[in-house]
Amino acid sequence: MPVDAAPRAGVGTTPTVDDALALGLTRAEYELVCEKQGGPPNQVELAMYSLLWSEHCAYKHSKKLLRTLPTEGEHVVMGPGENAGAVDVGGGLVCAFKVESHNHPSAVEPFQGAATGVGGILRDIFAIGARPIAVLDSLRFGEPAAGPAGARARYLLDGAVSGIGHYGNSIGVPTVGGEVYFEGPYEHNCLVNAMALGLAARERLVRSAAAGPGNLLILFGASTGRDGIGGASVLASAELGAGGDGDLDKRPTVQVGDPFEEKKLLECSLELLERGLIVSLQDLGAAGLTSSASEMASKGGVGIDVDVAKVPLREPGMEPFEVMVSESQERMLCVVEPANADAVMELCAKWEVNGSAIGTVTDTGRMRVLRDGELVGDMPVAALVDDCPLYDLQPQKPSEPIYGAPPATAGLTLASTPRDILLAILSSPNLSSRRPLFEQYDSIVQSRTVRRPEQADAAVLALPDGGALAVSIDCNGRRVAADPYTGTVEAVLECAANLACVGAEPLGTTNNLNFGNPEKPHIAWQLSESVRGLGDACRALRAPIVGGNVSLYNEGATGPIYPTPVIGIVGRLPDARRAGRLGFARAGDQIALVGALRPSLGASELAKLLGQPLPDGLPEIDIAAVAATQAAVRDAVRAGALSSAHDVAEGGLAVALAECCLAGGIGAQVELAEDLWEAIPRPAGGHGAPGPRSGSEPPASTLLATALFGEGPGGFIVSGGPDALRALGERVATVPIGRVGDDVLSIVEAGATAGTMLTLTLEELAEAHGALGELFP
Amino acid sequence: MKFGVLQFPGSCDEVDALEAARRVGDAELIWHAERDLGGADAIVVPGGFSYGDYLRAGAIARFSPAMESVIAFARDGGLVLGICNGFQVLCEAHLLPGALLPNANLRFTFRQLELEVLYGGGPFTKACALGERLSIPAKHAWGRYYADSDTLAVMDRSGQIVLRYAPGQNFNGSLHDIAGVCNEAGNVFGMMPHPEHAVDELIGGSADGLKIFESMRLTIEGAVV
Repeated sequence: MPVDAAPRAGVGTTPTVDDALALGLTRAEYELVCEKQGGPPNQVELAMYSLLWSEHCAYKHSKKLLRTLPTEGEHVVMGPGENAGAVDVGGGLVCAFKVESHNHPSAVEPFQGAATGVGGILRDIFAIGARPIAVLDSLRFGEPAAGPAGARARYLLDGAVSGIGHYGNSIGVPTVGGEVYFEGPYEHNCLVNAMALGLAARERLVRSAAAGPGNLLILFGASTGRDGIGGASVLASAELGAGGDGDLDKRPTVQVGDPFEEKKLLECSLELLERGLIVSLQDLGAAGLTSSASEMASKGGVGIDVDVAKVPLREPGMEPFEVMVSESQERMLCVVEPANADAVMELCAKWEVNGSAIGTVTDTGRMRVLRDGELVGDMPVAALVDDCPLYDLQPQKPSEPIYGAPPATAGLTLASTPRDILLAILSSPNLSSRRPLFEQYDSIVQSRTVRRPEQADAAVLALPDGGALAVSIDCNGRRVAADPYTGTVEAVLECAANLACVGAEPLGTTNNLNFGNPEKPHIAWQLSESVRGLGDACRALRAPIVGGNVSLYNEGATGPIYPTPVIGIVGRLPDARRAGRLGFARAGDQIALVGALRPSLGASELAKLLGQPLPDGLPEIDIAAVAATQAAVRDAVRAGALSSAHDVAEGGLAVALAECCLAGGIGAQVELAEDLWEAIPRPAGGHGAPGPRSGSEPPASTLLATALFGEGPGGFIVSGGPDALRALGERVATVPIGRVGDDVLSIVEAGATAGTMLTLTLEELAEAHGALGELFP
Repeated sequence: MKFGVLQFPGSCDEVDALEAARRVGDAELIWHAERDLGGADAIVVPGGFSYGDYLRAGAIARFSPAMESVIAFARDGGLVLGICNGFQVLCEAHLLPGALLPNANLRFTFRQLELEVLYGGGPFTKACALGERLSIPAKHAWGRYYADSDTLAVMDRSGQIVLRYAPGQNFNGSLHDIAGVCNEAGNVFGMMPHPEHAVDELIGGSADGLKIFESMRLTIEGAVV
């Protein structure tokens, strides 16, 4: 029996169902709200329901699916549902981590969108009591070609990188890794996902449930203005218009960040926790006070009274609903026992953050909003937070391709020489060195960074006990588009492979699901298949999901983005001194291909550059076999047996070899035997040996191109002494393919019909690899 | 010996500096609002974004109570090391000549760099040899050193240009590749690269930065190299 809301003071006219529709609720949802309220909601109440019942806050279309994911494991200390997840990393410490998206704001204003994305995820980390120790970013834009066609992609990339750098550098948290892809489908819907890690003593972890009727609610941090009003539901749950004036109108709803304010907020929060002065803590993010206060109340099974007149404002004349939905950044909410209130305010004053008692915890189970003591909004907490309707997806595999073929690169065909193909791939926006980006980030502040960007496949951060954390963030959206289930499994395996290369074992996973409109059956199919793959892969690797984020409705008039389940995995290695490196290190070292690499061209970088359409499906993966290979490489790295380890990923074998040469500043002489071709799945009718020999570099046949540039999971390039590789070979397939040395990368075909496939000097490789630098003059 | 490391709202590398100093002697943090320098033998003004770089980098920090004490300490001949933002603060406080302008490429840039020691005898480079190369990282957006030509000429003659970027390593456009300078008396020193981030080969591959702290210890303890 719904409880009627207490009589509320008039605040404007009662909104109509049309107002509700304009705010993003459906007619049925509006009627349900009226039922929960015992009558039509007033302005304050409608604003709050519209935000909490938006896709962004309520996960209406994804919650049922997310419940199928594995969330428990021996290392998990805090699972999904809190501000961040946490895993035990030994020595009495836990690592808190999570990834979140800020896609729609970044498309409108990339600098502030990306900056506040970083700010938001950092707050989630220190809200559970952990000191943030690292940030990673995962970005997607359209093709950045020179000239007007790529201007928007370059503008967004530049803005996002500057914004991430500005926020992370200023607040003193190193940005230690990340990834960026450039693909047509992201042209009008860019992706900006930010991941953060933090460290805390296990007993310091704090939850967000408000407890103790009679306790005070204290807001601290920056003052409250009109930033982002309506941002969450208006932007995140609606498909963006075609740009131009439509986006300018949305600009006032993008939040503006101040990392200096957040630095003070961070130190204040951690000191409050250190001194045991607070009962619980929650950061203010999407939907501001509305979501923070309501969720704190919901988790605690209590009620909350908030008086908007007590909130420090930076703009005059703000309406109660504006105060409740403002997304002004750098604010936190805490619950404090009255006896500690003075001490809390003193600490806030020390750190020069506004501290204000704005409300109390009650036992009414209701969220009540007051203005100077006068009741202006009254809602049951359960209705706001728990009773939002959840929807079943109606997945249906599309009968026709959703995405067009990528544009072909002029002059490149399968008949091009392997040398030209390698240079084309290495200089392509997806593969060229990210140095111009990561040089804009401080990756060393806090003095933990053992492996900086481009030194190894994962970032490595030292722990006090001599061990280290490793972390990577990965997803190839184009491959997920070709096969949502297998492509997602690949993303998880890729992330774990990166950890294996530095010697780390996965502890837990976070994920950001970036998809189009889930109400469309083909997108619902992508989402369900992807989540199925995510679950299977995480279960197989024993890397449970500890938290994450969902961003839907990433599509516009030109179609949806590639389905992009971004995966972040944190792992641990026992000895920081033995962290792996990706570059070849020593002339004379043997090079080996480890694992059952089964390369294919479908959905590869080469296929993209050739303008080939996406295949329908990717080859099935033997997850257990790949996991076993990863474990073998990991153990060899831990034993200090290998000079280098690098997984074969985008661009295939030849690109991986080039990357090892570039990172090590040394060449390699590689010989590929014909039995390597046997690993490649043959098309019906078969093909013979690779193309004709003439003593000079031959044109590449499909088979040759597949061997050199085909992609697929489970392969690694390692280097080291022959004994070490022999020992590795006793555990997993390890094929010697050459030696480190000189200053050229040469790949020849071994055997009776020996011939050179390609030879490139380190200078030529470096020049191609440096192509992205032209975008950052 | 005891180092005092200042801490402003917005400082980022103060704990890194504290831990680097502790490899060489005792060290404590000094809160910006404190006037008492705690008996420190040497002061480190650390890197970061004090006061959010509001107005200009270092412009506000120079007025803090702690800095008032540091200015007096420096006038009395006490050793003061300014790193990155700390260098900016010392220039704003007129304890060092010149100013730090935005990088020539107008971007924050982080790189591991080679520096050359141009003056090896003073309190901050005593443990280095003349001409020695130090591998030390730099990470800043406002590091382009500028002083007018007359000032530069004086500094040159007096041996105040202590460190410079090795050929090809100057990414910020500093005049004369200047990376670190001291005052006329030689007791106040500022450098844009971060020696506290080059004290452990595991974390960054170089321990060359430790020589700066070691030099200060040698000076305080009066050891003859």
